[in-house]
Amino acid sequence: MDVVVLVKRVPDTETKVRVAADGKSVDPSGVQWIMAPYDEIAVEKALQLRDAAGGGAVTVVSAGPAETSKELRTALAMGADKALLLVAPQGAGDAAATAKALADGLKGVPFDLVLCGKQATDDDDAAVGPMVAAHLGVPCVAFVTSIEVAGRTATVKREIDGEVEVLEVDLPAVLTAQKGLAEPRLPGLKGIMAAKKKPLEERPLAAAPSPTETRALSLPPGRAACVKVPATAEGARQLLKALREERGVL
Amino acid sequence: MSHDVLLVAETRDGQLKKGAFEGATAARRVADALGGKVTAVVVGHGVTGADALGRCGVDRVLVVDGPAFARYAGDALAAAVLAAAAKVSPRLVLFSATVAGKETGPAVAARLSAACVADATGLAVEGGELVATKPRLGGKAFAKVAVKAPVAVVSLRQNVVTPADAPRTAAVERLDVAAPASRVRLQQVVAPTAKEIELTEADVIVSGGRGLQAPENWKVVLDLADALGAAHGASRAVVDAGWRPHKEQVGQTGKTVSPKLYVAAGISGAIQHLAGMSGSKVIVAVNKDPDAPIFQVADYGIVGDAMVVLPLLATEARSYLKR
Repeated sequence: MDVVVLVKRVPDTETKVRVAADGKSVDPSGVQWIMAPYDEIAVEKALQLRDAAGGGAVTVVSAGPAETSKELRTALAMGADKALLLVAPQGAGDAAATAKALADGLKGVPFDLVLCGKQATDDDDAAVGPMVAAHLGVPCVAFVTSIEVAGRTATVKREIDGEVEVLEVDLPAVLTAQKGLAEPRLPGLKGIMAAKKKPLEERPLAAAPSPTETRALSLPPGRAACVKVPATAEGARQLLKALREERGVL
Repeated sequence: MSHDVLLVAETRDGQLKKGAFEGATAARRVADALGGKVTAVVVGHGVTGADALGRCGVDRVLVVDGPAFARYAGDALAAAVLAAAAKVSPRLVLFSATVAGKETGPAVAARLSAACVADATGLAVEGGELVATKPRLGGKAFAKVAVKAPVAVVSLRQNVVTPADAPRTAAVERLDVAAPASRVRLQQVVAPTAKEIELTEADVIVSGGRGLQAPENWKVVLDLADALGAAHGASRAVVDAGWRPHKEQVGQTGKTVSPKLYVAAGISGAIQHLAGMSGSKVIVAVNKDPDAPIFQVADYGIVGDAMVVLPLLATEARSYLKR
């Protein structure tokens, strides 16, 4: 079974965010870059599906700066077979432009399934997966927590409105990974050595106009100083009174 | 260029969801700024009460009603929205940032060659241009995103807009849409064992963390949530430890929430967690450690053991809230 996994290089989720001098992007100094956590889950699931099917290839694909080869090598070290990097400057394309570039980049790459994280943990759009599906003309189920493949269909689960749906999807399809789908493995030394020899193709990505433009990035407004309340029944009553009468939230 | 807004109003069991009214108010404000009208497409089966959207400023309602639309299905919702968009030629298509809106919004955007902005917390018209505010990096930062394409598809985060009166009589029409071939088929729905309040829609949330010390102590979180009529959440630490399911996780790799009141109990306040809840209107922190970072974002803080403080709050809440 051939699986394509779309991945993105993002700042580590432990990063303390600072705004860059341009006022509209993240200051990259001191930022640790990682494969987006949900994409890592997607890579793991792709490996499991390939191995369960007893054949096929897992191809990891990213659109991003040249440095993304590090994250792609990580996926190869986990066990993916090959990688494709569409090289573009950091932040060059929005979700729509990226989805179009990825869908175009997949021409000629065989796949039964396209997986990606439910969202990249930087832009938080959750849009690339469903948009790629629309461009490829295949069905999409987002936020899946389970995938089982039998023949030309996949059975998936996803949480919606507090319920869990079990859905049957025609393949090929795009599925986006929610936490719980798989536990990403840590690449071993053998995997890391093997990854160095695996094919990683780089192609320049022609700049396509993005339909949106980020004008400003700012940190959330600071909060007023914390009012300390004693840990007593009287304190609890004061707090409830303040929440209801002063703040109107109860 | 059209100045109209198309609101995608979700239903459940034929009734409009709360998010539909929030969306109507946001849509009305944008339409007023653009000088356009608001049309809502209401998708469901056995739809009733769709004209109520007029209360929040919707001028026209297109009802897509049929068994294929009874429950959310991506291809069916996309077909309904595209059919409505073909009638209205909107400048903005506004979804709720629910599973449905996040899955189908981008698909509709791709089909309309539109701009797509997910999880907006604000929408404005500046110099004739649509500008959305949206959280990035799990809420550690907020971006102002300008739309340069003729059409924008935006999903609006739940609970950030309060429905406001802008009453008019909405003209309700039926829109016939053929159900598309089902590439995705529903096999089964597993309902939750107890009626739970969805975290992202909740007005009040009580969350617990490592400070609860053991999974069996979670009852104090659940009991306070019950006393406050709140949803309950958890920190990443306790989800990773297997105490609580991932669907309850609040934070950058869990859910991003913006309730009116967020009670963080036994949660130290890792950046990861703060990212998911700092949009809350009022934050109450309960922690044994007076230096815990959670107190830097909290409006009210109780330094104490959550195992002692939560039951105290629950008891007082039950008697105080009755009054």
